[in-house]
Amino acid sequence: MTLSSLRSKSVWPGFALILIVAPLVFAQSAALSILSQCGCMMILALSFNMLLGQSGMLSFGHAVYAGLAAFVSVHVMNSLAGGSAAALLLVPLVGGIAGMLAGAAFGFVTTRRSGTALSMISLALVELIAAGVLMFPGWFGGESGVNTDRVLGAPFIGIDFASQLQVYYLIAFWLFVCAAAMYALTQTPLGRIANAVRDNPERAAFIGHDPRRVRYLMFMLSAFFAGIGGALTAINFEIVSAENLSLLRSAQILLFTFIGGIGYFFGPMIGAVVGVLFSSLLSTYTRGWQLYLGLLFVMIVLFAPGGIAGIWGRLAERRRGIGMASLIRLAGLLLLAGVAVFLIEMLYRRAAVQ
Amino acid sequence: MEFTLITLLNGLSYGLLLFLLSSGLTLIFSMLGVLNFAHASFYMLGAYFAYAISIQLGFWPALLLAPLLVGLLGALVERFGLRHVRRHGQVAELLFTFGLSYVIVELVQLAWGKSAMPYAIPAQLDGPLFTLYSTAFPMYRGFMMLLALLTLLTASWLLKRSRIGLLIQAALTHPQMLEALGHNVPRIFTLVFAAGCALAGLAGVVGGNAFVTEPGMAAGVGSIIFVVVVVGGLGSLAGAFIASLLIGILQTYAVALDVSLLSGLARWGIQVSPEAIGYPLLRLTLAQVAPVFPYLLLVLVMLLRPRGLLGRRD
Repeated sequence: MTLSSLRSKSVWPGFALILIVAPLVFAQSAALSILSQCGCMMILALSFNMLLGQSGMLSFGHAVYAGLAAFVSVHVMNSLAGGSAAALLLVPLVGGIAGMLAGAAFGFVTTRRSGTALSMISLALVELIAAGVLMFPGWFGGESGVNTDRVLGAPFIGIDFASQLQVYYLIAFWLFVCAAAMYALTQTPLGRIANAVRDNPERAAFIGHDPRRVRYLMFMLSAFFAGIGGALTAINFEIVSAENLSLLRSAQILLFTFIGGIGYFFGPMIGAVVGVLFSSLLSTYTRGWQLYLGLLFVMIVLFAPGGIAGIWGRLAERRRGIGMASLIRLAGLLLLAGVAVFLIEMLYRRAAVQ
Repeated sequence: MEFTLITLLNGLSYGLLLFLLSSGLTLIFSMLGVLNFAHASFYMLGAYFAYAISIQLGFWPALLLAPLLVGLLGALVERFGLRHVRRHGQVAELLFTFGLSYVIVELVQLAWGKSAMPYAIPAQLDGPLFTLYSTAFPMYRGFMMLLALLTLLTASWLLKRSRIGLLIQAALTHPQMLEALGHNVPRIFTLVFAAGCALAGLAGVVGGNAFVTEPGMAAGVGSIIFVVVVVGGLGSLAGAFIASLLIGILQTYAVALDVSLLSGLARWGIQVSPEAIGYPLLRLTLAQVAPVFPYLLLVLVMLLRPRGLLGRRD
């Protein structure tokens, strides 16, 4: 039993333990809400990384599958109102199936091409669907969206999902299941072939796997998990609007995932936490949070394509201590960043006065 | 007849503006193999710079200076950003320009706020150019069309007939050979990227006051120019020309027409009750569906002819 195998064996129980203990440590209601958002975003980021990190598909439309699934879930919840509270446990599954169906429909068009063209098609589809949703206010609720109530009915063994804590545990349960399933998928032949299609589609085709078909399969599976994430978002906020499937929302998923690191399985989870903290905590301090998020993203693309997980991995591989030169460089970088933040904040103050 | 002609002219002017925008994008793509996601952001910067300059110096200096400024920015972006990302492949390039577009919108809001700017059409060009039947065609629209055509003729002449155009074409096909002959290929890349951004900036100068100058203008036109480029065929200038005119005219007509399938059926004597399946779909007017036309067109082209109208490669 070497140390590394011990570490890999303890990862999943450790993850489960963290999920269980987290709300006991951060028990305030605001913290619970942030934790719940992190959970939903983690599923979305992990499922997005099935496309970008594992299959080399840069889609700009990931929010479409989560958003459409969220709409379906809301309507399902509204039709189940008055039933048993336990039915809520399965709503995410309904969302997942809805996401998968949407992925099957739109993914067929998207995955016919690879590379840049695929990105452009996914972009056009987002715009198409985001604009199309506003045309049918009857079902999508127009600009204001569709409301729902997650408390479906009589408590089931004392659980009715009225409290945020219960909702958090529902999200945590599905997060654990989805993360395990997505990790298992990376170990299957399909997951491996998806890597091959990412790295060298021509060779993948030569050994008898149609790259288009592999991309399409991965796309549908990714949309399935995105659908689960979308349904959980709907349960968490109890409202879904057209904003949920906008390009901006897709862009955020992309940003968070990449900042976390697309080369590692757990990278997107780090990104989801960072992203949610940015958008929920930092936004209370400064109006410039989106600018900082964008700048962070650009910096990471330029200097650390492995994202936060990549930096972490490199630090962990270093056997020797950190040298004086790199410390000085780090201090210089921090100073520069501080000056930049100061200048930007001053500008925002100036803009606020006007 | 009057409606048809005026709408055609409006559609043409919009289509030409789209082409002015997408030509820079196509130029950059065929040269560097990167689809610049921030292209529409440079269009927006062109409009904002022109507004800032026109307050101080007037419209005509802005018409010259703003595109130059935007081009300079483009050169900096290529030299200090894109060039370093290139070794990580196409996806990284796309991600970088995508992040850039995200940052530029925020910076514009930081500098000019979130509301629309009062960037007005210059007095010399404010007024009717000619009158068709009873509808006046604005002078500024004519000026836009003329400017777009002139710019594109100049650009194509530069590419086809001048020495620098020769070098650019050679850098496209035989970069190593060009290096061996002692030319600085990376500098040519930077120049082309700057020129493409300057074209976007120029489109911003004339588009900003013809439509509206506000932080949402990049997002509004950004996806459409990608549609133009993909529908026309990646890297094909002629394809982009056809696609932009097609989309410009289609959208302008659609916005102006207030007919729906329902009214069409009613004309044939078929009445549909509000309870029927698909009634909400039948009730939609063309004007309501107009925003999604370009995207529908793209999906259709992708299904029928994946490489685009005039694309030579998949």
